[in-house]
Amino acid sequence: MAMEIRLPVARQRLPESLDRDTQKHLVVPGDTITTDTGFMRGHGTYMGDEKLIASVAGSVERVNKLICVKALKTRYNGEVGDIVVGRITEVQQKRWKVETNSRLDSVLLLSSMNLPGGELRRRSAEDELAMRDFLREGDLISAEVQAVFSDGAVSLHTRSLKYGKLGQGVLVQVSPSLVKRQKTHFHDLPCGASVILGNNGFIWIYPTPEQREEEVGGFIANLEPVPLSDREVISRLRNCIVALVAQKMMLFDTSLLYCYEASLSHQIKDILKPEIMEEIVMETRQRLLEQEG
Amino acid sequence: MAGLELLSDQGYRVDGRRAGELRKIQARMGVFAQADGSAYIEQGNTKALAVVYGPHEMRGSRSRALPDRALVNCQYSMATFSTGERKRRPHGDRKACEMGLQLRQTFEAAILTQLYPRSQIDIYVQVLQADGGNYAACVNAATLAVLDAGIPMRDFVCACSAGFVDGTALADLSHVEEAAGGPQLALALLPASGQLALLEMDARLHEDHLQQVLEAASQAARDVHALLDRVVRQHVREAALLLGD
Repeated sequence: MAMEIRLPVARQRLPESLDRDTQKHLVVPGDTITTDTGFMRGHGTYMGDEKLIASVAGSVERVNKLICVKALKTRYNGEVGDIVVGRITEVQQKRWKVETNSRLDSVLLLSSMNLPGGELRRRSAEDELAMRDFLREGDLISAEVQAVFSDGAVSLHTRSLKYGKLGQGVLVQVSPSLVKRQKTHFHDLPCGASVILGNNGFIWIYPTPEQREEEVGGFIANLEPVPLSDREVISRLRNCIVALVAQKMMLFDTSLLYCYEASLSHQIKDILKPEIMEEIVMETRQRLLEQEG
Repeated sequence: MAGLELLSDQGYRVDGRRAGELRKIQARMGVFAQADGSAYIEQGNTKALAVVYGPHEMRGSRSRALPDRALVNCQYSMATFSTGERKRRPHGDRKACEMGLQLRQTFEAAILTQLYPRSQIDIYVQVLQADGGNYAACVNAATLAVLDAGIPMRDFVCACSAGFVDGTALADLSHVEEAAGGPQLALALLPASGQLALLEMDARLHEDHLQQVLEAASQAARDVHALLDRVVRQHVREAALLLGD
């Protein structure tokens, strides 16, 4: 049996590329952004002694009169209409508490949930008592953000048949800032798996269902065994996502697909090695650049 | 007391440093992928690792949640292999609780907690090798970790220890100098405004000398700030380069 041993190697610093550097104004907390009082302060800044001071480490973004500092990594801040993937943490009286990688747990009201069979009726006391039969602690769901409360907590709904409880698949947790905003976040990749790119940084990879079962509404968990070929595709996709995240590339369906294709020449477990990660992501970047211009 | 002089006639300390000189500091941010923020720092031979989770929903007792700001929860622990003799209880002993409280006091002063009502921010610090200046290394590591997590802070929090020997104030004490029994001052500073987040002293010191020791510690903390600032800027620049497109 062959064994692989790796020795620690010093990290290589990235080459400085000057044209990119001059575009962004990078700040750290305590830096004065401007002393001009005409600006409105956005996220990541605070007012101290008549000066606008940065409170996070990141790049300054200026839109007309609004200055904000965008941090490299933050928790998810909900916005209406986002698709999120979350995990149920609690079952309360008329609602579920869902963990979505944000600063407060999100709320899924019983009235915002699709009943099995897709029926539309007033939720009764029996529904309340049967809540645990629908979703219990530890289940994964996909949902859409309905509203954001004043303290930042997010209210979810699963009113469409494409949302609901998730069955068999793999979850990858990444930083929310790496998921690109697109028109749709549910993708069926041509390589043989489907993926949900949650705006909150939770990415769900699952085998493409054979036929769309419209009347179920996502509650019956499909527990049929997944064939090995599908599992391999899913594992490869998961490793590709980890590679893209390590090299801080934005995640969207095209970048994922290109990365998958670039990784086909390597074994699935080799994708996680640092030098192969760099190689694959470099190739993905080049293909994306070629595609753009 | 025979044999070991902490400050020689030419002005050199036990490890060859000058009175106001710091030990070599190396730091890195983003060492753990699983945590929201993490950092590792080496100050001479003292090595500390800090990990930050949050802000997230209050776990455990909901009643402790503050309605207008976030709760900062700090835990300090020392690895069993960190000291000369194997440490029996890594966390839960009195010194660790006290350190945890001091860290909490320090970071509540710096983090803008009003932005996160009813949430909790967890800061876990572990000392992997203790060679003096444990509190300072922990505060410096935790600052970098909080910055890595993207939690807004008023300013950096930079800490350093200082002592007093033979009429001279020494900055950044090593374990040998701490064990000699002289006065030791630990200071945490917000460099831009010069405000103190925490000031703690052990042993007795004549008040005439206090100003001198405070000056030495403040200057040392500012030197630490210059270094940490460089580390953070480098980290942000690299990330911005990668995310650039």
